[in-house]
Amino acid sequence: MPAVRHALRDYAPAAALLLALLVVWEAAVRVLDVAPYLVPAPSRIARAFMEVRGTLPDHLRTTAAEAALGLAFSAALGAGCAALLAWTTPLRRAVYPLLVISQNVPLVVIAPLLVVWFGFGMLPKVLVVTLMGFFPIVVATTDGLLRADGDLVELARSYGASRWQVLREVLIPSAVPAFFAGLQISAAYAVLGAVIAEWVGASSGLGLFITRSQTAFRVDRVFVAVAVIAALSIASFAAVHLAARLAMPWQHVAHGGAQEEVRG
Amino acid sequence: MLDGRAIDVRGVSLTYAGPPPVHALDGVDIEVARGEFVALLGPSGCGKSTLLRILADLVRPTSGEARADGVAYMPQRDLLLPWRRVLGNAVFAAELAGVPPDEAKRRARALLPRFGLEGFEQAWPAQLSGGMRQRLALLRTFLAPRETLLLDEPFGALDAITRRQMQRWLQDVLALEPRTVLLVTHDVEEALNLADTVYVMSPRPGRIVARIPVAIGRPRDAATVTSPGFIALKARLLAALDGDAAHDALSSS
Repeated sequence: MPAVRHALRDYAPAAALLLALLVVWEAAVRVLDVAPYLVPAPSRIARAFMEVRGTLPDHLRTTAAEAALGLAFSAALGAGCAALLAWTTPLRRAVYPLLVISQNVPLVVIAPLLVVWFGFGMLPKVLVVTLMGFFPIVVATTDGLLRADGDLVELARSYGASRWQVLREVLIPSAVPAFFAGLQISAAYAVLGAVIAEWVGASSGLGLFITRSQTAFRVDRVFVAVAVIAALSIASFAAVHLAARLAMPWQHVAHGGAQEEVRG
Repeated sequence: MLDGRAIDVRGVSLTYAGPPPVHALDGVDIEVARGEFVALLGPSGCGKSTLLRILADLVRPTSGEARADGVAYMPQRDLLLPWRRVLGNAVFAAELAGVPPDEAKRRARALLPRFGLEGFEQAWPAQLSGGMRQRLALLRTFLAPRETLLLDEPFGALDAITRRQMQRWLQDVLALEPRTVLLVTHDVEEALNLADTVYVMSPRPGRIVARIPVAIGRPRDAATVTSPGFIALKARLLAALDGDAAHDALSSS
């Protein structure tokens, strides 16, 4: 199967490197006799994983749901705002600086406030993820809308297209690749955003799991959570990648000339 | 109001506000009868594309009057939508012009073979060759419910051999699906291969320097292109392009 061969070729180097690092890590911890509450060996982390495999899925589900919901909100909100900003230049000039400022308010400041306002449930976490993911999507999508081919817009107008038709048939499809580029960045940070928000105060989630493990000096369990978070981030990144492929099938066709054939 | 004419251009001038201001067109007069094929021949940058944009109602002339009954405009670039398949691109203009989608698709399917796109209706534009892309852009223009086609160097990006094939093909298509055509080109042979009447424009600011009827029968094939009548007309067009009025007078006598 060529697909399997391609997958092997693409991912084998990364897997091999990861494996080598784990081996070095394990050996270093054993040879130098490092205390497990400082740096646990991979084998110890694996054992810790087996201990918590009963409770971990609940935390994982909470965090994944927060990240997914937050990402969905930021995508919808980001795309909508981008359409507004691209629509009117004065609005764009007014709002853009505010967007940049909002992105520079540290999450560690915002997150506790949100918990105070909205409690220990999912809502403040979803909001943190939304706030984090919103900015890359707005910026990329606005840019995509503004960079649409002016000649295409003119062609549509020459056939009597309304402003709405120009938006739907030309501008929005033109901006789809940029939107997904922004969404890809937001997806990479969504899980992290959810975990940071949980850190501040939560009743469930990987962030809560980490704080609990830390207070119990179970560094090995912290590492388990880190590995799970990494896996979740990769999964969300891959999911967006897949969605982009499905939404833009035209970007993945073999380019180049079909057989030339003119009927005389 | 057009008295049987499809296009009526009277004293059209256009200056693009600068800086610096560009004087693109200077008192242009053009008349195209219904069913006529008119070529507008001129050097690059003489404002011939601008005239089409005026007729497509995308630009307003500074002075003068340009009237045309429903026109379908085909710009120089093929401007296919990368996110629409061949069939979707074919019906794009018709859809915007208000043709019901089902009817547009039915008409497009019927014309696909004629445009050398049979079997490609589900292909993406990125999968087509240059000639096919151009034919698809032409099909889109043909399917717009408009009587008059404004074609801006439709074959300009193609190699010489493909261009000749496409010119012959366009004649056949027009025989089957008659339209009024105003074609902009900087290729003397293309103008003579296709047109009933050729208008020659000067370099910027564009003025009409000659109006030359092409009294050569159709179809115009390889034998026509090398005939004395064709060569003589070619000499007149080249002379008019070079601004050589004396030579033009000589060869037309």
